[in-house]
Amino acid sequence: MARYGMVIDTKKCVGCQDCVIACQAENNVPQGFCRDWITTESNGKFPTIQLEIRTERCNHCTDAPCVSCCPTGASHYHDIGGVVLVNHNECIGCKACIASCPYDARYVHPDGYIDKCTFCIHRVEKGQDPACVSVCPTHCMYFGDFDDPNSKVNQLLQSRKYHLLIPEAGTKPNIFYLI
Amino acid sequence: MNEITTTRHNHMIDPSLSVWGWEIPVYLFLGGMVAGMMLISGYFLFKGRQTEENCSCYYLPFMSSILLTIGMVALFLDLEHKLFVWRLYTTFQITSAMSWGSWILVLVYPILAVNMILRPPKFQMNKFSILGEWKKYLINKPVLLKYLGVITMFFGAGIGLYTGVLLSSLGARPLWSSAILWLLFLISGLSGAAAFVHVIAKDVYERELLAKADNAFLIIELFVIALFIIGLKTATEVQAQAADLLLTGQFAPSFWVFVIGIGIIIPLIIQLLAVNHKISHTALAPLMVIIGGLILRFIIVAAGQYSHWFNSNFQ
Repeated sequence: MARYGMVIDTKKCVGCQDCVIACQAENNVPQGFCRDWITTESNGKFPTIQLEIRTERCNHCTDAPCVSCCPTGASHYHDIGGVVLVNHNECIGCKACIASCPYDARYVHPDGYIDKCTFCIHRVEKGQDPACVSVCPTHCMYFGDFDDPNSKVNQLLQSRKYHLLIPEAGTKPNIFYLI
Repeated sequence: MNEITTTRHNHMIDPSLSVWGWEIPVYLFLGGMVAGMMLISGYFLFKGRQTEENCSCYYLPFMSSILLTIGMVALFLDLEHKLFVWRLYTTFQITSAMSWGSWILVLVYPILAVNMILRPPKFQMNKFSILGEWKKYLINKPVLLKYLGVITMFFGAGIGLYTGVLLSSLGARPLWSSAILWLLFLISGLSGAAAFVHVIAKDVYERELLAKADNAFLIIELFVIALFIIGLKTATEVQAQAADLLLTGQFAPSFWVFVIGIGIIIPLIIQLLAVNHKISHTALAPLMVIIGGLILRFIIVAAGQYSHWFNSNFQ
């Protein structure tokens, strides 16, 4: 079994939003919406200010509350890599999954179903990286299999310090941020 | 200072979650009322009060089915993918409170229908003569009616607690992360239903009983609200801040004035005076209880969506 996820180097991310545009173009994301976005966090008081720029999206959690709360099974773990997906033809648009996501990573597609990042599973199945990863000009994003001990993503986690987003929510997110 | 900015601007998600509007609170309120009415009607059946000509167990099931249908219409209106609603009934998802709820609702209608056979509406009696025979059969079986009362109470409690579990199972919203939200909604539904039945009851004994019961429910509701707040305040930081939304934050004025003041304290005083024969019974206090119950659902749904985890790395 594979467990797909991402490692994002916050020391390299410049917040250019190439990943956001690439996702919108690749996945035909409706105007006014985004599946990934840039978050900038600053902390402290001059002159000791810390700054972190990071690209965020669905964390494809291992223990995803959006999957467990879905009344129809539309939200599910994909057979390949445990990627969290929404089956549009089973979604009734009740929005329970939106309310259950601590990352607010989902939104209502204008066609009625709930939409979110898919890790570009259609590309991954062909052996390609997700669109956001492939266009990043600073190469700050790495996509891979955490169940493979020799994968690049696992090697990065062994060699660098990292943090997760809202780990206290207990959802076991699969996107790691190098610091 | 810690400052977080985001480029995300998704409709109904940013700047704060607002995916559920009026439909969900109205549904939760009506679901609570129906739960309370089924508990009351089931209790009267259990106590064998069907022998009384004006027992409310004769008309509450019909009213419950009407209110429940209105609530389900509100729920349907909330769906974004309405044509796919039938998908709810092609599966049962054991971890989904909404899936449990949709199946419970399907089971509740037949139970209400069996209750209605005890005294079917006249237009139905004229159309379906077999209803009269069923009625005769049922009414002469007091033990069977006792069981029917217990089943009605069981499913009534099921709806009442499910409306609370529905929200508290969504752990991403700190305000809803409470193990007693179901109890708050159940007791609020009971107090609203008792108030409603108190106004419409034709039987004097039932009217008096429900006025007294409503006072007890309101006092218990105050305790449950206090426990709900204490539970949040003594939990994590985000839950404590979620409680502050109600206590001192932007939802505080409507919470204190409409839920606590108009919804519980003032009607409790009025009804205590009424049951002690200091003043006469009027519809004012029950109306306040019902409005308070409705506004409680609106506030819990809105404030719950507003409450969230901190997406902060530095703090």
